[in-house]
Amino acid sequence: MEQSTAIEVDVAVLVKGILKSFEGPKGATNKVLKGVDFGVKRGEIFALLGSNGAGKTTIINILSTLMKSDGGTALVNNFDVAKEPGKVRQSISLTGQFAAVDDILTGRENLILIAKLRSVANPAKVADELLERFGLTEAANRRVSTYSGGMTRRLDIAMSLIGKPAVIFLDEPTTGLDPEGRHEVWKTIKELADGGTTILLTTHYLDEAEELADKMAILHGGTIIAQGSLGELKKLFPPAKVEYVEKQPSLEDIFLAIIGRKADLNASRNADPNAGTNTSSNVRSDTDQNANRKAGN
Amino acid sequence: MKNKTFVLFGRLMKHILRSPDTIITVALIPIAMMLLFVFVLGGALKGSIPAGTNYATFLLPGILLMAIASGISYTAFRMFQDSQKGIFSRFNSMPISRSSALWGHVLTSLVSNIITVILIFLIGLLVGFRSSAGILNWVAVGGIIILFILALTWVAVIPGITASTMEGASAFSYPLIFLPFISSAFVPTETMPVVVKQFAEYQPVTPIVNTIRNLLAEQPVGNEIWIALAWCVGIMILAWIIAMRIYNRKAISS
Repeated sequence: MEQSTAIEVDVAVLVKGILKSFEGPKGATNKVLKGVDFGVKRGEIFALLGSNGAGKTTIINILSTLMKSDGGTALVNNFDVAKEPGKVRQSISLTGQFAAVDDILTGRENLILIAKLRSVANPAKVADELLERFGLTEAANRRVSTYSGGMTRRLDIAMSLIGKPAVIFLDEPTTGLDPEGRHEVWKTIKELADGGTTILLTTHYLDEAEELADKMAILHGGTIIAQGSLGELKKLFPPAKVEYVEKQPSLEDIFLAIIGRKADLNASRNADPNAGTNTSSNVRSDTDQNANRKAGN
Repeated sequence: MKNKTFVLFGRLMKHILRSPDTIITVALIPIAMMLLFVFVLGGALKGSIPAGTNYATFLLPGILLMAIASGISYTAFRMFQDSQKGIFSRFNSMPISRSSALWGHVLTSLVSNIITVILIFLIGLLVGFRSSAGILNWVAVGGIIILFILALTWVAVIPGITASTMEGASAFSYPLIFLPFISSAFVPTETMPVVVKQFAEYQPVTPIVNTIRNLLAEQPVGNEIWIALAWCVGIMILAWIIAMRIYNRKAISS
């Protein structure tokens, strides 16, 4: 007994045998979760992988007290979601599949709203700190409807941090974002985890799990079919073969490189009155680099 | 579980203040109707209404109800947006009472409709509406209007939290907007054919319109005030029960 409690203290989320079905058309029942088990340690980034419709959002909804499960137990921060939903809500923050921000309000007003709802002391100060931390200070007083996808998501995640919840659920945090936006959000999530927050995220992008997660679980056909660290999952497959493959930049690399250069150009043009000469030299050095890269290949 | 209705009310009032077109759109059709009836049809209709009554004075209660019916379609629309965008989910996963999110919308609906009603009273004054009613009658009129707004607001909550399209969320209000036409709002029911007259007299708009009209004209209200109140309270309680059941269906109560 003692041993098991000792383990559970270290566990931020514990899911055992969770069942959930939905009424389909014509009275048919659609069994989405058929006994799901997994655990997330404190301070970990845990990715729940699965294709669309696998039931990832259903699990998140059950863990964030928005939906009742049909069976099994789920503990968040050692509180049972079915029996102590109030305490669970105090321990968590949900960032849903679609950025749940108010786009008629400004970024700052959104943060202040959540701070007031969470009864945090000095909402304005909390908002300003988060704006600073998430690089949104300049956009703080603009309506969210003018934000890019990546900025909106960052604001969304910033809103989730108010009140310092022990566990943060991120449901498909980068779905619908362009590559730049995805990298912005990834950076944000890594910073959060460095601060010690437990993060449970869902995704159907395998590279996202690989990039971010300490541990991952694959949800398929209503159960977890594999879980562990990336290294552990890799061991389930035959040993890697060594092959020599020419390294081509992916379209994403190219896209980000071009966009990145463009931003540099603009920055130098704004900063330096003699930008004209700088710009042309930048462009030339780019061309040189590209030429070198080609020659290398 | 803290109640945060007023914080959420403040948020929604910002929406209204930042897009004043919602209040203007709500009031526009009823005001256009009022101008049309007073200045175009009013002369011809004068013969059908009680002698010595100003047509604008006769018309105003019906216009108010029409404006409220159109105002609550925005209540449904705002709730639809909050549930589509996951804003309800965000609030409901926070340590605040679940009813706060709902009551924030109800309170916003009440206040924004009261603003519309005041606007229509003011324009009514410009086109000839007059009342010599005392303070008590005005309080009674205010009370009935508030009850009517709350009743229709709870009706609007149902499509607001169940609709899957924006059109579905607001289309329910169209029949309500036109209900005053088949009532005593524009002409007395005595002039209507029997079948229409029956419908007009037994639907909620007629007793509510007659009660407000008589209170403002300092005429006896008779039994009709009780019928009006019964309609308002009945609709409100029924819609409230249905709306709360739907709202709490999936959730874990705490």
